[in-house]
Amino acid sequence: MAVTGALASDAARAEKSPHRGAYSGGLWSWITTVDHKRIGIMYALSAFFFFLVGGLEALLIRIQLAGPNGTVIDADLYNQLFTMHGTTMVFLAIMPLSAAFFNFIVPLQIGARDVAFPRLNALSFWVFFLGALFLNASFLFGGAPDAGWFGYANLTSSQYSPGIRIDFWVIGLLVLGVSSIAAALNFIVTIINLRCPGMTPMRMPLFTWMTLVTSFLLVMAFPAITVGLVLLMFDRMFGTLFFNPAAGGDVLLWQHLFWIFGHPEVYILLLPALGAVSEIVPVFSRKPLFGYPFVVYSGVLIAFLGFGVWAHHMFSVGLGPIANTVFSAATMLIAIPTGVKIFNWIATMWGGSLRFRTPMLFAIGFIAMFIIGGLSGIMHSSAASDLQQTDTYFVVAHIHYVLFGGVIFALFAALYYWIPKITGRLLHEGLGKIHFWVMLIAFNLTFFPQHFLGLHGMPRRTFTYQEGLGFEAMNLMSTVGSLLLGASTLIFLWNFIRSIRKGEPAGTDPWEAATLEWSISSPPPHYNFRSLPEVHSRDPLWAVDTSDSVPGDDPARPEPHMPSPSYYPVVLALGIVGLAAGGLTQALPVVFLGVAVMLFGIYGWAFEPLER
Amino acid sequence: MRMRHAAARLAAAAALLVSGCGGPFPQSALDPASDFAWKLQDLFQGIFIWAVVVFVVVEAALLVAIFRFRERRGGPATRVVHGNTLLEISWTLAPALVLMMIAVPTIRTIWEVDRPPVREAIVVEVTGHQWWWEVRYPDLGIFTANELHVPVGETVDVRLTSADVIHSFWLPRLGGKRDALPGHETRLWFTVDSAGTYLGQCAEFCGLSHALMKMRLVAEEPQAFEQWVAGQLEDAVVPDTGLAFTGSQTFVQTGCMACHRVAGTPAQGVLGPDLTHIGSRQTIAAGVLENSPSDMARWLADPQAVKPGAKMVIPELTDEQIEALSAYLDGLR
Repeated sequence: MAVTGALASDAARAEKSPHRGAYSGGLWSWITTVDHKRIGIMYALSAFFFFLVGGLEALLIRIQLAGPNGTVIDADLYNQLFTMHGTTMVFLAIMPLSAAFFNFIVPLQIGARDVAFPRLNALSFWVFFLGALFLNASFLFGGAPDAGWFGYANLTSSQYSPGIRIDFWVIGLLVLGVSSIAAALNFIVTIINLRCPGMTPMRMPLFTWMTLVTSFLLVMAFPAITVGLVLLMFDRMFGTLFFNPAAGGDVLLWQHLFWIFGHPEVYILLLPALGAVSEIVPVFSRKPLFGYPFVVYSGVLIAFLGFGVWAHHMFSVGLGPIANTVFSAATMLIAIPTGVKIFNWIATMWGGSLRFRTPMLFAIGFIAMFIIGGLSGIMHSSAASDLQQTDTYFVVAHIHYVLFGGVIFALFAALYYWIPKITGRLLHEGLGKIHFWVMLIAFNLTFFPQHFLGLHGMPRRTFTYQEGLGFEAMNLMSTVGSLLLGASTLIFLWNFIRSIRKGEPAGTDPWEAATLEWSISSPPPHYNFRSLPEVHSRDPLWAVDTSDSVPGDDPARPEPHMPSPSYYPVVLALGIVGLAAGGLTQALPVVFLGVAVMLFGIYGWAFEPLER
Repeated sequence: MRMRHAAARLAAAAALLVSGCGGPFPQSALDPASDFAWKLQDLFQGIFIWAVVVFVVVEAALLVAIFRFRERRGGPATRVVHGNTLLEISWTLAPALVLMMIAVPTIRTIWEVDRPPVREAIVVEVTGHQWWWEVRYPDLGIFTANELHVPVGETVDVRLTSADVIHSFWLPRLGGKRDALPGHETRLWFTVDSAGTYLGQCAEFCGLSHALMKMRLVAEEPQAFEQWVAGQLEDAVVPDTGLAFTGSQTFVQTGCMACHRVAGTPAQGVLGPDLTHIGSRQTIAAGVLENSPSDMARWLADPQAVKPGAKMVIPELTDEQIEALSAYLDGLR
């Protein structure tokens, strides 16, 4: 294949896609769809909506902290906002945005026509979406959860948090857990069983690999928080005493259960981003990924080690020197596979022929910022040193360098890279570059000073600070930066809306990429591959002169038969959220109604005829 | 010691330079004033230097790759390389070596700061409440709140617990934080270098007014500390004339005594801070207000306006009652 192609020639040869109508159909067709691509799009749109909601919450927080003794919002609202900012960004923005790419891209990358369980996939989306609305409905009914996204016991007990705010949080997260575990099982089965002929595990694209690893993490991590949430729900609703120290319960039990989930959760957020970057860097370096097996294994190792480091969130509780030593050392170990990945990305670029298109800019921005987040992570891994840093703005800076400078930059890289495949239209390069540079500068202006705020003694989760502690100037910088960050997101939004209406047609393969999703039209036909491809290498589209068979779309062949739409997933999801609402209000009729709808959904699902 | 002070100043100056502006920082972890804080600072500086080295090396490699290998029209086609085992092994080992350089001092420091003091220490029991600190010196028989007094050069053994939710005791210049957990006793030790007032605040989110749960530690020369102890051990000086006397009666009539203790008077409540010597403290409302009659009046007029959700229940008071109470409390020195 030619390595010298440029955007202009792409546009020239971009034929009018025969699948312009790929997403036609009314609202009902979207509600009942079981097509992984439509579900992926719905995940992406709702995740981006909640990304904007979480961002607005963050802006209110930053405006309140712009100066000392701020009075823009009061303590009560502030605590709701920082709790919902964390909960929203983790569970309603980053995870579903990753899920959007799992859905849209992974089946295409492995040469499959859909996921293994299309209706279960629809159920995962609808449970997520309705659960997210449920969680945010709390703002309308007496206030949102206000005990932090980590919900430490015993502040969450009914004694210290009366009312239903925490119930919204507990039940909402339980509902979201159903969605995550169902989706994860679906993707494990899909990736293991539906790979096209010749795609051995060590030929899978890195993004597919990291989706597989992330799915295993989800299946193993969510039970821990589910146990914790159920215990907390029992404490709050049925008067058990798991977290009540006066009655022999233990507040530390929650911290262990939460962080056994919570640290792998960090990698649930991070690994898909690492996977996307491992796709984008080689394509725009015009070179295969350097050290493919090392990049794969380091991802697996990060996930594995991620289960053994939870107590590094608890260095200040005084677990004793043995525990602190073990968890410090284990945490430091994670730096090794992470470093390996970074070196391999740089080595991929080394000797390449780099094209600085927007996806590549965001991928490089990710690498540069993620290095900083990783290094501040090393500082926290040192239990003793962390005693000064934990629960301060230093940690706020650290997590944002990992989750914003890292994950969000990588997800924007993925958006710029894969949106042309999804919509069939390219985003505007100029606007994309402006977006990148504004976001990079604004991000650093917002979060870099927070390292120093933390070291100079500003604790996190404080709704205000008083003058005279030296916090004023850096907080103001941070607030200015955050407003600029908000503006940069609007640039992206404008670019996206503009591209839908008048973006350049993407053509099949605008980036001259290597993986199977670029062998079919943009947007892909609803059956993806008319004939299944057969691959014999990791980069099938870069090696077409070997024995790889990437047949393309031959209209002479019959269209493959695809699963029929079904409304039972959305019925079942409504039943689950109805049951959740019943649990929240403790109204038995609502509980029974929810269960009845669930049973109807399950029954109809089980006996739904295959053909209509 | 002088060298270390210089190093700390240098680090603080560098921090200031990078962060652009601000300061002074009276609550800064980068300005240690106890053995505990110095150990953490030395460790942090070592790690920080390694972090800077790694940062420079890796970001430089990234920048070189960006500038050296940008696409050139008509340039040579890229060489297809799939990997290099020797390189992989070396960049697995290199971070491992750097981590060893961090792990060894880390583990040494973990064990050093977790080792109980060998010499006799002043025991201070601190109990977190929403949103103030109860302070007791069990060996000295002193009860106070939100303000610790310790002698310079003597080891302080802080024993922490909580009466309600989790709090975290943190005086950044004197060392790392330690959580105060209901149902547990946690400890930390430090010896303050030099006399002064050290600021701190609760570091674990503990509900509505977490941001307003402050504290301070006053380190004094041994003689001054003994004077303070002697003063604290005395019963309250009960006024018998004037505004303060009216205030003492108001204190009884309006129910303050249900929660507050004033030694030597019938007020023996235990739910709120001990007020026997409140007039001698630098601040009120857990470090949120100055200890002045006007600020006291502001607090008494509406505690929840100063500190959202404050648990202090107080009937609506007239201006005269507030004035009298302020005078009474100001006199309790």
